[in-house]
Amino acid sequence: MTFNLVLAQSLNGFQFGILLFLMAAGLTLVFGIMSFVNLAHGSLYMLGAYFAATIASYSGSYVLAVILATVCLLVLGWLLDAGGLAILHKRGHLDQVLATFGLVLFFNELVQVIWGNAPLYMDAPDALAGSFSFLDFNYPAYRLVIIAAGLGVALGLYLLIERTRIGMLIRAGASNRGMVGALGVNINWLNRFVFALGAALAGLAGALVGPILSIQSGMGEPILILTLVVIVIGGIGSIRGAFYGALVVGIVDTMGRVLLPVWLSQTFSPSFSSAVGPALASMLVYVLMAVILAIKPDGLFPVKARGS
Amino acid sequence: MHLLRPFLIALVLGILFLIPLIAWATDDIFLLTLFGRILVFALAALGLNIALGFGGMVSLGHAMYIGLGAYAVGILSTYGMTNGWLHLFVAIAVTTAVAIPVGWVALRTQGIAFIMITLAFAQLVYFVFVSLTQFGGDDGMSLENLSYFGGLTGNKYALYVSLSLVIAFVLWLINRLVNSRFGLVLRATCVNERRINALGTRSVPYRLTAYVLSAQICAVAGFFLANLTGFVSPAIMSWVISGELIVMVLLGGLGTVFGPIIGAVAFLLLEEGLKMLTDNWPLIMGPFIVLVVVFLKNGLWGLLQDSKESAQGNGGGH
Amino acid sequence: MKNQVRKYLGSAAIVASTLVGGTALADVKIGFIATTSGPAAALGQDMYDGFMLGIEQLKGKLGGVKVEVIKEDDQLKPDLGVQAVNKLIERDKVDIIAGVTFSNVMMAIAKPMADANIIFVGSNAGPAPLAGAQCNSQFFFTAWQNNQQAESVGKYATDTGYKNVYVMAPNYQAGKDAIAGFKSQFAGGIAGEVYTKVGQPDYSAEIAQLQAANPDAVYVFYPGGMGINFIKQFRQAGLLGKIPLMTVSTADGSTLPALKETAIGVISGTFWGPDFKNEVSKNFVAAFEKKYGRIPSQYAAQSYDSALLIDSALKKTGGNVSNKKAFADALRAAEFDSLRGNLKFSKNGFPIQDMFVFEVAKDEQGRVSLKTLTKTLSNHPDSFVGQCPL
Repeated sequence: MTFNLVLAQSLNGFQFGILLFLMAAGLTLVFGIMSFVNLAHGSLYMLGAYFAATIASYSGSYVLAVILATVCLLVLGWLLDAGGLAILHKRGHLDQVLATFGLVLFFNELVQVIWGNAPLYMDAPDALAGSFSFLDFNYPAYRLVIIAAGLGVALGLYLLIERTRIGMLIRAGASNRGMVGALGVNINWLNRFVFALGAALAGLAGALVGPILSIQSGMGEPILILTLVVIVIGGIGSIRGAFYGALVVGIVDTMGRVLLPVWLSQTFSPSFSSAVGPALASMLVYVLMAVILAIKPDGLFPVKARGS
Repeated sequence: MHLLRPFLIALVLGILFLIPLIAWATDDIFLLTLFGRILVFALAALGLNIALGFGGMVSLGHAMYIGLGAYAVGILSTYGMTNGWLHLFVAIAVTTAVAIPVGWVALRTQGIAFIMITLAFAQLVYFVFVSLTQFGGDDGMSLENLSYFGGLTGNKYALYVSLSLVIAFVLWLINRLVNSRFGLVLRATCVNERRINALGTRSVPYRLTAYVLSAQICAVAGFFLANLTGFVSPAIMSWVISGELIVMVLLGGLGTVFGPIIGAVAFLLLEEGLKMLTDNWPLIMGPFIVLVVVFLKNGLWGLLQDSKESAQGNGGGH
Repeated sequence: MKNQVRKYLGSAAIVASTLVGGTALADVKIGFIATTSGPAAALGQDMYDGFMLGIEQLKGKLGGVKVEVIKEDDQLKPDLGVQAVNKLIERDKVDIIAGVTFSNVMMAIAKPMADANIIFVGSNAGPAPLAGAQCNSQFFFTAWQNNQQAESVGKYATDTGYKNVYVMAPNYQAGKDAIAGFKSQFAGGIAGEVYTKVGQPDYSAEIAQLQAANPDAVYVFYPGGMGINFIKQFRQAGLLGKIPLMTVSTADGSTLPALKETAIGVISGTFWGPDFKNEVSKNFVAAFEKKYGRIPSQYAAQSYDSALLIDSALKKTGGNVSNKKAFADALRAAEFDSLRGNLKFSKNGFPIQDMFVFEVAKDEQGRVSLKTLTKTLSNHPDSFVGQCPL
């Protein structure tokens, strides 16, 4: 393991973390501010990828595909909330988990009905499809796009939440719904906006991921599980927590996958380490979460106490 | 209305117990396989309900205990230890040994963190079994020998009947439990834990006991599952199965004694029925679950509760 | 007593139907198990479509006997596969079980099928234990034994002169078989051997490791979505032109529609390609494209061949499936023209066939497809038949 390799892998871990952040940001917004557990967040991500692939193949434009897909998911999120999901806001977490679980089943089948069951094709535009040399390694240029997008979203969310009036209303609504409503603000409209924003973020993540990952039914679930781990580690409702939590998970997961088999093979036989290594690497993230929760049950950056 | 519930209980139990007779008469063993699987999940749902419905602990990792029970059978029979009672004992013992520390750690957290911790532990155990390549790893393994119970080994009728008897026993057990002091403390803890502790009763031992008991029942379900299918794989421990279990409990009626059976039967029969209608059955199953959650707050069984009982009820989770 | 009554009724029914319907034979029932839902559904669907095309071309009759095909979806879950098999055997009372996409399902259903003494004609999964110690005289596999494809690529790597190859596969039995098969025919050195998590989406870390090892070539086994992910990411790292990429079941008819030009140049090892020149193959490809509007994958070809095989066996036994041994012998005789050319069966029911490597390239119509590169092994049996006690 040369130093260059470690550095290159750290960049990979960072990039994976940014990808997780794009997903986690939307989920933690919805969860933290509306106290709404949305397991279907992974399905929204999947729909973003499907829409982007379809738009890209009709229009030939990657940029258009990403932008339109994000907008579509914004609208879809709005419609879903207006169309009935809002009922679940007042229910407990269990009801929300189950109802959105049902939605996951539905969406996974829906995309197969509409788009067929073979994975879809989407490629990065030629300008971004190349690679560049970085410390003796070829590194895909497209990953930089993801990093840039993720950082852009992080900055944008920060500005939105901390510096705009809407952001203030969102923060106020999270602390005390009733009071904000009593002051004349339409709290339902506000929550709908937050949900739609969360959906748009998931859609953006899906569209960005289209060129590098397989666009298929069920692609949301593996990412969803990791995203849940991220927001629990980071602290629910905290964008900052989502950011750092995502980076931690991304780097630990990547470095674990790479380093564990190497370390194991120095002590044990190759067949043992090749059997146990990947499994241990998979477990690592969960062990990390359990440890963090045991010490800080509210996550690394808990949001201060909310009202009822 | 009062007579409706006992009548329905008798009806459902009666049909379930009639299945072996129908199977014998029509020589349709598959009926036993199909309903056997339904009963296995009904038993697991009954177990989960102790923790979830009465204890208010939303565990997204209970499928792990079904898996441990199933693998107890699988691993022991690989080493030639086929005694059925041994399998059952080991299944329960191992599950207890795992459930106590897991439950203790998880009960230090609340709300969504509790859900995530139970999920995390289940994923951990899942990955452990995936890495055990000598027992099939991710692909699972067929059981060479089923649990040995003399001449009844592998006899699907015997399996079904004994499973039914176990379910009947667990129903009786839960009924006694719920109305006992233990049950009262447990249900009260679900409503307001701080008050219980203020009254001088420490809530954690009660909740932990409920959690471990529910895990043990799931392990027994796993024991039966392994014998029914003759196959074990880590897939039985996936979080999707845990999610489906919760759906079954909720569908039937959270915090009711008989509800989980209704929930499991309804859910699995609906799934089978839809599969026969169309390949795209999740398109119907998904929204159905959503509708149940939204409109049937107390599950199907709750539809039959009279208003006095709903006022005492636990509510749909927290 | 009950059995006797049923026997009387049964024979009475047969007599009655013979009187009424002449000497019409009963339908042959085939249970076709495949993964037709979920992310891997494309493979199962291709298998089913290929199988049904074969039956359709023979006018719904195999060996002159009407067949009824009952399709079951295993959802890539071994326990559901077991349940499907139980239903087909116990309730539908099928005569033959066919298909089976994935090896883990195959291993799960092997025992119930063996216990039920049923005839099995598989057209994809071919795990090693069923070729060796657990072989069964009534099981047949028209695709390949899992290692055979890998052996083909291993031989190609040796012939091409690679000295140092980096190998990767998912961490389950099929993945390990794929690597073991490659190594058994590859004479050079292994630069690195990596097992990734099943279903892992992102390979950027592994691709960086790979570059550090500086191999002559890379060999991977990543079916379905994993293959799409890996090849896309490999190309985006700029490696596709620089380091040769050899694969099995990674760039094939099921993944190429999603990869398109990104996979051009990838090498794939298997027994058949859509540009084969023999009449049976050309006829099959034309008919499949006409009916389904897509280039058939090898999975469709395998199942189509299995329909032809069953047809030849039923012809031989005159439509009789009740004498299992005779029917099994008829299957083993394989007296038909396969779309792959040479086909014989070993005593364990696995094929002895030619193996090739293909390159992903554009065909005459400009579509991305597989182009035959070279034959690597002739009349090659599987490597586990020696362990079969039959």
